Amino acid sequence: MNPLPSEQRVPIAAEVDIILARKAAREAAKALGFGMVDQSRIATAVSELVRNVIRYANDGQGEMIVRAIRDPKRGNGIEIIVKDDGPGIANPSEALRDGFTTGRGLGLGLPGARRLMDELVLDSGLGRGTTVTTHKWCH
Amino acid sequence: MMSSVSIVPIEGTLVVTVRGDLADQDATDLPNVLGDALEVFRARGILLDLSVVETVDSFLGRVIDDIARLTRLLGARTVVVGLQPAVAITITELGLQLQGVATALNVEIGMSMLRDVIGRQYQ
Repeated sequence: MNPLPSEQRVPIAAEVDIILARKAAREAAKALGFGMVDQSRIATAVSELVRNVIRYANDGQGEMIVRAIRDPKRGNGIEIIVKDDGPGIANPSEALRDGFTTGRGLGLGLPGARRLMDELVLDSGLGRGTTVTTHKWCH
Repeated sequence: MMSSVSIVPIEGTLVVTVRGDLADQDATDLPNVLGDALEVFRARGILLDLSVVETVDSFLGRVIDDIARLTRLLGARTVVVGLQPAVAITITELGLQLQGVATALNVEIGMSMLRDVIGRQYQ
């Protein structure tokens, strides 16, 4: 068995952190036994979520937390939390729809990340920042 | 600058290899850099080799789409080669369309596709 990596925290402050964050997530996923395709899904979802922090949060500041999780029914998995204390999203449910964008993007970021992961919860509101919590299970 | 991309002109085609994770700024600059390179080398095709790229997110996907459209406007063509299967699966699940982007399994097939397209323009 691979040893489970302890919780990892990656600060998000500049564009280069997009690359560092997805590298950290990919390595954690690999250590947890995820296959190539899942590693790609997880790294890409992280790329979308962390870029949102850089683009839309105040000063682009935030943090990614990666940890191993275990569920009696679903087994081993990975939890990735991406959070910022930016302005928040006024209409979180809209933001999960394809094509929703306030910027210059394609509007694929959040809905795309949700499709790539098994679970994604968006917690946000005006003035209280944004926290995205995602899970992927080793099947 | 842009140490993670190499551009090699071969037989009227630019063989462009992305050698790892592209910083956002480098990715943003890439369409312009390739547009200039087409002119400088009088090339008619771009073979975009992504075989060592591990992550194509919606941002890089849009850059690839921009490159394909820009090269068509300049009378040239782009063929993307070497996408890893895991990356290709992720692109479709993410919802990226990449409708105008021609792809080929490897460099040889991509080069022959470009020769066909470019050759036809002169007939």
